[in-house]
Amino acid sequence: MPRTKRDIIPYLFLIVPVIIYIVWVIAPMIYTFYLSLTNWDGLTTPEFIGFKNYIKLFDDKVFYISLTNNLKWLGAFITVPVILGLGLAMMLNTAIPGEKFFKMTFYMPMVLAMVVSGLIWGWMYHPKGGLVNTFLMSTGLVEKGPGWLSNRDIVLWSIIIVAIWRQVGYVMVLYLAGLKSINPQLLEAATVDGANGWQSFWRIILPLLTPVTVIVLVISVIDSLRAFDLVSVMTRGGPANASSVLANFMYIESFNNYKMGYGAAIAVILFMISLGFIILYLWRVMKDELEY
Amino acid sequence: MEAARGYFKSPWRALGYLILIIFAFLWLVPIFTGILTSLRTYDEILINGFISLPETITLENFKIAWERGGLNRYLPNSFIITLPSLVLTLFLSSLAAYALARFNFRANRMIFFTFVGGMLLPFQVLLLPVFKLTDYLGLYDTYWGLIMFHTAFQLGFCTFMLRNYMRTVPGEIIEAARIDGCSEIRIWAKIMLPLTLPAIAAVATLEFTWIFNDYLWAIVLLRSDSLKPVTAGLATLQGQFITDWPVIVAGALMGTLPTLLVFLFLQRYFIEGLTLGSSK
Repeated sequence: MPRTKRDIIPYLFLIVPVIIYIVWVIAPMIYTFYLSLTNWDGLTTPEFIGFKNYIKLFDDKVFYISLTNNLKWLGAFITVPVILGLGLAMMLNTAIPGEKFFKMTFYMPMVLAMVVSGLIWGWMYHPKGGLVNTFLMSTGLVEKGPGWLSNRDIVLWSIIIVAIWRQVGYVMVLYLAGLKSINPQLLEAATVDGANGWQSFWRIILPLLTPVTVIVLVISVIDSLRAFDLVSVMTRGGPANASSVLANFMYIESFNNYKMGYGAAIAVILFMISLGFIILYLWRVMKDELEY
Repeated sequence: MEAARGYFKSPWRALGYLILIIFAFLWLVPIFTGILTSLRTYDEILINGFISLPETITLENFKIAWERGGLNRYLPNSFIITLPSLVLTLFLSSLAAYALARFNFRANRMIFFTFVGGMLLPFQVLLLPVFKLTDYLGLYDTYWGLIMFHTAFQLGFCTFMLRNYMRTVPGEIIEAARIDGCSEIRIWAKIMLPLTLPAIAAVATLEFTWIFNDYLWAIVLLRSDSLKPVTAGLATLQGQFITDWPVIVAGALMGTLPTLLVFLFLQRYFIEGLTLGSSK
């Protein structure tokens, strides 16, 4: 085949997917930056207003509440599910009775729609008839259970618990795959050298799992920034914005208050926060590529 | 049994196992709560308290959610949206993946990293422009607006996964076919796709649940109640039956049945899909 014809072939395979990707993903991403500099209301033509949206944003109390809530969510996500998921993976990586049942149990929340999880948990948190308070009161420890979704101080954590319930299985899957790829001879050698289980874990297993941990952390951060469904279904950000996260704040400003330029500015902030982690992930993939 | 007895020799292991059982129990509580709630009436739960033996067991809640709650519309809509998106995104990404996995050309790395980077975007960044785009193209409030977006956005993940898998296919097979004068499109269709089938199955299983479970894009790109998929429909149902929790929960359980079945029967592919990209 002549050289030029062969050169063109990959582009023929790529042309349709790449065009679709540019139109629906890349161009919109860039366009968001422009929209954030306009006063678009969803109906009229967007008018350029410079950085006014951002100036207003940095003066908006709800923005800070949402940002803080996202950071709390992020903090919870890079610790609790990671530790639990790793612990469970360590246990389930050995031949353990009922292994299949346990795996299924922890994977299950992953396949449920967040809307479904949010509704079922919302009912469990119900102040009067819900399971949680019914249980607490039946133990006699409390006379009246707290309003899990109506108390400003705990509402966010009530939602984060649902997110953690869902995330643990995901982290566990990734660590299980990582553990499988560890050469068992390494651990045997360590045992022969007199290392106990605890030492092998800290000195051998955990360092070897570092690439998995990087991926787990990046995914956890991205997932915590994407958080929307649970909040939307369980509280809509309330009471008094106490459980608002950036994605919900953005949705409400854009589609309920028709301040779409303002919403775009919130989206840009979200993008900026995630950018560092996206680059970290790309850097990991790049490193794998070079090892080829 | 012998193995099981061996496992519990150490007291630490027995303790660990106990903790594992407690966790598993806690993890299942919401599922059982859902099932038990859906079979009772709200009045009865309020009178007797949730932790009590139900006086009567009824399937009425499922019937109400299905008919009056609109799940008989929402659930088919979910399939109408999910299946074309799934087929389109797999088809297009397998084309792109083949080019990226098997050809050396200048833009290869750049295109590859654009797909990978896009897959990690907080998709809220795309919300407003895509909303505007569907409006501009006349696709707002149609199935196709949603289908096109899902197809495009999932291209990132699917291309990444399939491309990595296609790289592991031995080159000799393809070289041999090329020498025999096989066209590239035939190589893709007759050699590459069959060999990539395990990865396609894994990615498809995962993508099915992701697209099926989407809520945000459904509420942004659709307005008509008659087009809504089950996730958006459930939110409507919640507004409609505000206090009748057994109906809401029954609806939620029905709405999640398809993904649950996919998971139960294709669990192996689902898990493979999740781990395909993270470790090699």
